[in-house]
Amino acid sequence: MKYLGIEPQKPKIAVFDFTSCEGCELQLLNKEETLADFLNAVEIVSFREASSSSSDNYDIALIEGAVSRNDEVKRLEKIRKNAKVLVALGSCACFGGVNRLKNEFDLKSANKEVYGNDPKETINVRPVKDIVPVDIEIPGCPVSKAEVESLICHVVWDSPFQPPVYPVCVECKQRFTTCLFEKGQMCLGPITRAGCNAPCPAGGQGCWGCRGPAVEPNYDSFFAIVKEKGFADIELREKLNFFGAFQEVIIS
Amino acid sequence: MKINLNVDVKHLARIEGHGNIKIHVENGEIKEARWDVVETPRFFEVMLKNKHYTTAGLLAARICGICSISHCLCSVRATENAFKVAIPETAAKLRLLAKHGETFQSHILHVLFLAAPDFFNEPSVIPLIEKKPEVIAIAIRLKGLANRLCDTIAGRTTHPVTFQVGGVTMMPQKNHLLGLQDELKRSLDDLQIVADLFSTFTLPDFIRETEFVSLKGEKGYPFIGGSLISSDGVEHKEQDYRPMTNEYVDKNNTSKWSKLSRESYAVGALARFNNNSQLIHPKAAEVAESLGLKPVCHNPFMNNVAQLVECFHVVHEAIRLIDELVESDPSETMTKVTPKAGEGVGAVEAPRGILFHHYKYDKTGRIEMANCVVPTTQNNANIHHDIKSLVKKSAMTKEMTDKKLELLCSMLVRSYDPCVSCSVH
Repeated sequence: MKYLGIEPQKPKIAVFDFTSCEGCELQLLNKEETLADFLNAVEIVSFREASSSSSDNYDIALIEGAVSRNDEVKRLEKIRKNAKVLVALGSCACFGGVNRLKNEFDLKSANKEVYGNDPKETINVRPVKDIVPVDIEIPGCPVSKAEVESLICHVVWDSPFQPPVYPVCVECKQRFTTCLFEKGQMCLGPITRAGCNAPCPAGGQGCWGCRGPAVEPNYDSFFAIVKEKGFADIELREKLNFFGAFQEVIIS
Repeated sequence: MKINLNVDVKHLARIEGHGNIKIHVENGEIKEARWDVVETPRFFEVMLKNKHYTTAGLLAARICGICSISHCLCSVRATENAFKVAIPETAAKLRLLAKHGETFQSHILHVLFLAAPDFFNEPSVIPLIEKKPEVIAIAIRLKGLANRLCDTIAGRTTHPVTFQVGGVTMMPQKNHLLGLQDELKRSLDDLQIVADLFSTFTLPDFIRETEFVSLKGEKGYPFIGGSLISSDGVEHKEQDYRPMTNEYVDKNNTSKWSKLSRESYAVGALARFNNNSQLIHPKAAEVAESLGLKPVCHNPFMNNVAQLVECFHVVHEAIRLIDELVESDPSETMTKVTPKAGEGVGAVEAPRGILFHHYKYDKTGRIEMANCVVPTTQNNANIHHDIKSLVKKSAMTKEMTDKKLELLCSMLVRSYDPCVSCSVH
């Protein structure tokens, strides 16, 4: 594919899946209006969910999923050695995602409950950055394909890649979505990084913080609003822990 | 015969999740023929414990990135059955419409993006962009429409937001529904081109008799709730899913296995069609006939065809449902919910087959026990036994090579459209 008569340099991309639902990879095949252009702009050398050919020669590794077994640690280390740029794709890769809720339980009894007397190997869930250095994070459950496209442009042409610094609230205002606090629901929109176009509040569901903290979130005033609206700390804690992105935040 | 064959596929491509095929034939004797699921377990049944009923559906959706609408709907249905909540009729219609959108999206993804490359001798859909642009244009158009339908009703295709215990939070705008209906009507021409294309493909001629399990349609081709049926004549109520599924742990697999009357059984589009073909939309029945799909069909490769036939069904049904929805009262989509102690089971036909969620609640509306039986969990043993039988029936010729056998077995596994991470959950 030539552009203005010039053959552009295609980055070699590999997609890998770890402990996850593979929904983020699926987004790579979505956004149908630009799908053909996207697939033409890059050279996908490894993408098991979509292709049976594969290669270890790649520039960008997109990693979906968290790490929850020792063989995944080794696999990830090998990928890090091969990749020039390693991207954590989605909330599981960035923060551990919902998988991290498992860490709240004793692993032996969890195993017993699901597999009886035939336990399967499992370790505490960890995000990718706990195992190997991550160059770029694209959070979200699932990720936004538009951000993946923007990342490709960033790596190939050095065009800016800057996810919004502001919180989800801004996008609700842009969409004219009624504030969920006004409807009596709790919402992590005031502290969560925008870029998703706020589909959850628009669909009547408070934000659960899948994209992690906005830049310099104002936790103090957020906690004050939550208290003023009468929500219990336990309810807030559950929301903060759900995607693993706010687990370290102390409620004050 | 001195036939020696070796196939060793680690992490089979173009399926969701991680599974291995291993075949070893020595001097004409099958030493090994296996399908093993090696996906990392996530322990969803444990993670669901202590969760509030308002959270369960959101968490359950994350079991699967492709059929998250089914998991969410199955979860809220289990909770509604536990609390004895009846949802408004409009909400039930919206849920079914989203379900049709998901079936459409998932089947198109599988049939055209994951399975079709095998029939064109290509490793993926990517080379087809240049070689078969007209097919890819249709594939992209159909998948885009199916995803827009899901987005409009469910708020998002992957990990829906509008389904809550008690109903649906949002009634889509009438003009959006009518716009989609118009597109759905036009998509039937595209679907017909896909059906014509499929009639030119040669599917492997392989039969292994098995048992098919699905919901039992009463008034229509079944998708959400109702009683359970098997092609061997076993019937149970929705809440009695355990004697239907009989899960057990296999030492080589992180997915459990299931069985009923035989060593294994199958679920999915082919099972639904085999058990409910008399209820499928007449236009879909015509397509089935033209593609040689007749109940009871025991060729697992025909699951691809059954999925395509179901696409016609769900598009026709979605067009009809939109007619009804634009006449419905938009204010009545949620019912008041009061949590109480109790147990409930939800059964839903996910794209890949029947799915069950079962929760036990305490009186504050928190989960004490959760159990999920997932379609591919039920298919894994059947895939395993199919591979054995396929090697026995098709591989014992001099013409067979390792490469050919690998492709044949990979296509067999892909025919089930396995959702492996989902099966392990």
